[in-house]
Amino acid sequence: MATLIIPTPLRKYTEDQATFNTEATTVGQAIKDLTQKYSNISPQILDANGKIRSFVKIFVGEDDIRGIDGDNTPLQPDTIVSIVPAIAGGSSNF
Amino acid sequence: MYHTIFNQKAEIIIRTHAEKEFPNECVGFLYGFEQNGKRTIELARPIANSKEGDQRRRFEISPIDYIKAEQYALTHQTTLIGVYHSHPQHPAIPSEHDLKQALPFFSYIIVSVIDGQSDILSSWRLNEEKNIFEQEF
Repeated sequence: MATLIIPTPLRKYTEDQATFNTEATTVGQAIKDLTQKYSNISPQILDANGKIRSFVKIFVGEDDIRGIDGDNTPLQPDTIVSIVPAIAGGSSNF
Repeated sequence: MYHTIFNQKAEIIIRTHAEKEFPNECVGFLYGFEQNGKRTIELARPIANSKEGDQRRRFEISPIDYIKAEQYALTHQTTLIGVYHSHPQHPAIPSEHDLKQALPFFSYIIVSVIDGQSDILSSWRLNEEKNIFEQEF
């Protein structure tokens, strides 16, 4: 089974579970499985059209799925999928 | 009102890192745990500021560093609980940019660095409405 790692800011939507295992064979199906089990996480990851939000990145291993095959990126049973929030900031207001 | 405890060893790591990177902003992850509504920050781990361009006023964390940080937490039975960064020649108060980029749940520690010396250190958490930072300490 592929394993999704849930970033800590989103674990309140997954009953504090850090990981989610899925039999899905593509990234898109894995995200669908996750949002079906934990519906409240859906708006944090997907937009109204069911597409992955622009500020959320999905990585398979150390590769961004946008550089592979997007939602159709295949998963192997031992694949680690990471949901990666954008983290940035700084002292200047502008 | 948040109840957050901050380990002194973590504070030393943050201050040392902030002074080393001056005049640029430093950045790193915070690890710890939460029990009965009480948060303990027990570890700070420096990482590279991946912001391209001027790092004196901005920081970024690369996706790969974020992935490694979550995996570190899983393998060390701890929780990725926040992010620290420095404000060179600026106060330890979140900027509008910090507010815009922040995530709920995380503790955001900011240390001011004035002329190369670390100064005031504070910690903040974004409210659930994502519009206000509330001070932890």
